[in-house]
Amino acid sequence: MKHMVRIVSFALAALLTGQSAFSSVLPEDRADFLYHRYEGGGVTIDGPSILVRKSVGKSLSLSGNYYVDMVSSASIDVITTASPYTEERTQYSVGADYLRGNTTLSASFTNSEESDFDASTYRLSVSQDMFGSLSTLTMSYSFGDDTVRRTDDPTFFRDNIRQHYGIGLTQIISRNMIAALNVEVITDEGFLNNPYRSIRFLDLSRTVGYSFEPELYPRSRTTNAVGIKTKYYLPYRAAIEAQYRYFVDTWNIESHTGSLSYIHPWRDFTFTGKFRYHDQTGAHFFRDLFSRSEATNFRGRDKELSPLRSKSLKFSAAYEFISNGTGFLDKGSVTLSLDHLIVDYKEFRDISTGAPVGTEPFYHLDANVYQIFFSFWY
Amino acid sequence: MKKQRQSRIIAALATLLVLSGCSSINIEPWVKPYERDRLADPIMFLDMDPVSSAYIYHVYEAREGARGGEGTAGGGCGCN
Repeated sequence: MKHMVRIVSFALAALLTGQSAFSSVLPEDRADFLYHRYEGGGVTIDGPSILVRKSVGKSLSLSGNYYVDMVSSASIDVITTASPYTEERTQYSVGADYLRGNTTLSASFTNSEESDFDASTYRLSVSQDMFGSLSTLTMSYSFGDDTVRRTDDPTFFRDNIRQHYGIGLTQIISRNMIAALNVEVITDEGFLNNPYRSIRFLDLSRTVGYSFEPELYPRSRTTNAVGIKTKYYLPYRAAIEAQYRYFVDTWNIESHTGSLSYIHPWRDFTFTGKFRYHDQTGAHFFRDLFSRSEATNFRGRDKELSPLRSKSLKFSAAYEFISNGTGFLDKGSVTLSLDHLIVDYKEFRDISTGAPVGTEPFYHLDANVYQIFFSFWY
Repeated sequence: MKKQRQSRIIAALATLLVLSGCSSINIEPWVKPYERDRLADPIMFLDMDPVSSAYIYHVYEAREGARGGEGTAGGGCGCN
């Protein structure tokens, strides 16, 4: 959950700094009302996300986002080492984009709060339109400050500092094709593990053959990602999108991620299908079963740090119920979306099966992600 | 040490040269503004629904060990 908070803080900070599909114009005036629901692996997370953006004059665009995660967790980690729990996280974000000539300056602030974790993120970015609007160069910097606590220990208090550097280039290739290149470097310093999660080690004095002790992660992490995305307009008004990302970090995780999407409008509907594939190596300090207590300097058993392969299939349908404007609204649509996610862990074992220690089957996750959202342009 | 300083100076000069070049080079757009109607179609937006894509990237990143690089750089069409 804490890992998710960090990620969503950055994602929403980026979202609010107005990454428009058009250069030298402010982002569209638009309001989105989203309900999201994640179900899988004994975890249900749902809640609303409301994003509203409005221009003030010709040079300034303001935005605000309200986002809630209501978590009900009986995940494999929780059922094997702790008790199921529920919690709620609330996040507010505000942002502004200022356009001057071919340059857009953006700033945003995001704050997230829950019972044992607070996160604040400040983000600045500048976009420059070049070569007759064929190219747009964007540079961004984020600073995040987190506080980690424990619900069962009022004296527990740890800090994290996150810094995020990004550079991106969007390029018109032809009248039918556009591409974007993104390079992102993120550094974390501080308390990076989950304060509740444990690793397991071989302990033949116990009937099950193992015992647990707290995780211990390195206090720093630097991640590097290079992504390329391209979209092509097909002759019969449809689009195809291909995306690839290479990722490597100082914890020895290396991954390749690719996806292919097809977008097909039909009358007032727009249908989208997407297949995404991800394959990664594990962190150097990840073990499903350590040989003894305190066996290595750093120890982790977070399944997301295990070598794994994930596949997901998405289908969404959008219906435009206001096309020609009514009242102050220019356009309105409703979108239904389902993502089915399958994750196969290559080293993380499912110890809930009760099989002899070290021979348990590898864990497998099936999850569904539902979204429904109403969008209005004005 | 001297070599290191020389390298830094060369790198700084090269950066300045590139940046000054960007402002003075007058590249004729090979896709004219009036030829960008297809790129202006909402189905060609690199991020069609920002509120939804931010959420789903957050889900992916929470379930995997990688992060970043999947977003949109912003800008790029100039279709207005």
